Amino acid sequence: MKVHVNMDICLLHGQCVIAAPEIFSFDDSGDLHWVEVIDDSQVADAEAASDACPEQAIILG
Amino acid sequence: MAGPRITVVGASLAGLRTAEALKAALPQAQLTLIGDEPHAPYNRPPLSKDVMESFAGGDADETEAFGKLLLRSKLTPEDVSIRLGVAATGFENAGVRLADGSLVRSDWVIAATGIRPRRLPLPGNEDIRHVLRRFDDARALAPMLQPGKRLAVIGAGFIGCEIAATARKLGLHVTIVEPGPQPMMRALGPRVAAAMAALHRRHGVTLLTGRMVEAFQPGRVILDNGKEIEADVIVEALGSLPNTEWLAGSGADLSDGVLVDDTMRAIGAPNLLAVGDIARFANPLFDDVPRRVEHWCIPGFTAKRAAQTIAALEAGDTPEPGFSPLPSFWSDQYGMRVQAFGAPALAETQTVVEGDLSQIGEAPVIVEYARDGALTGVIGLGAPPALIAKHRARLMAALTPKETA
Repeated sequence: MKVHVNMDICLLHGQCVIAAPEIFSFDDSGDLHWVEVIDDSQVADAEAASDACPEQAIILG
Repeated sequence: MAGPRITVVGASLAGLRTAEALKAALPQAQLTLIGDEPHAPYNRPPLSKDVMESFAGGDADETEAFGKLLLRSKLTPEDVSIRLGVAATGFENAGVRLADGSLVRSDWVIAATGIRPRRLPLPGNEDIRHVLRRFDDARALAPMLQPGKRLAVIGAGFIGCEIAATARKLGLHVTIVEPGPQPMMRALGPRVAAAMAALHRRHGVTLLTGRMVEAFQPGRVILDNGKEIEADVIVEALGSLPNTEWLAGSGADLSDGVLVDDTMRAIGAPNLLAVGDIARFANPLFDDVPRRVEHWCIPGFTAKRAAQTIAALEAGDTPEPGFSPLPSFWSDQYGMRVQAFGAPALAETQTVVEGDLSQIGEAPVIVEYARDGALTGVIGLGAPPALIAKHRARLMAALTPKETA
């Protein structure tokens, strides 16, 4: 599964980092990073992160 | 064999997430989602901020604006029967009675009917008085927010303060009237609330605290000290009331929302569950006092929990005990993010651990909240996400579920 974050609408709430820390992370300067291709074992975490995003900025596909 | 008939009443974030969780946990369930608004489930937080701003500017296409709010979902029309624009009026043994007289037969009912704004029980100025909870409220209020107009906000909770901040950005003259000593005092505690008051005043808001509205006269708000505020538009932002009238006679405790146990089942009504803003539950991270929690994160937590409960009971199992979600909330005002984790409202003491509250809005501030010497929450004010994440991790380590009596 592919993971994408629409940075035009992301407001850096950080809920994805909490829900799926193995996929999403902040670097020291506060920028969001994510794993762009995940395996099946991580899909549930990615979906939880997507649901937890108040801006619906996470696109899974 | 056909699965259980499950009716979710309330088609917003909580209702939608519950339907999704039920579909995942019980694929055979016959799901119905009922909403009194004509709109498909949508996201409310932007209503007081981005949506208000773009509508007020007149540059927003309504369909496009709603499209951005619409909650994405994997549910298909085959998964769930959705009935919009019809309110539930009664909870009966056989199911849920609707305003059109029909009965939705149900084995399980999940109440997700949320809250509505409290109104001042005073007559006058009806043509310029607004509230903000729903998309249609935003649509009605936004065109009134024109530069140079005078806005009176009654109530300095988060909604009132966000509207005030948005209106200042749009060039209105803004007065806030708040009965308490500081804005957002219950949620933020006195020190941070005082700093937020300073932030609003620095941005040109006239903030009148410790004052009540006594009457409305045409184009005027009359306060309890006799002061008169001229207003072209008035917003009542006085908190909320739970929408539980339709559950009268269900056996549930409706004294403030719906009292539920740690599986989201209503005490006194075995086939009724409640989720979202109206669910009143104890959180063992803090204590054994049931509370309603009006944060955006709660619908997601309670929806999953309710679905697990029904799935377990349908399988003849006992739901696993224990439900202790970490609350979080945020508010955006004047481009500054207030980000909270835990339950700052339960704290007795506040300690600034990074930054300086006199620098609010200019430099990051982190505040710790504690009760009986134990951390209950942490709030970041204009703090970078990585910094807040560090303090959130510390809070998580400090909070352990407490044994309930």
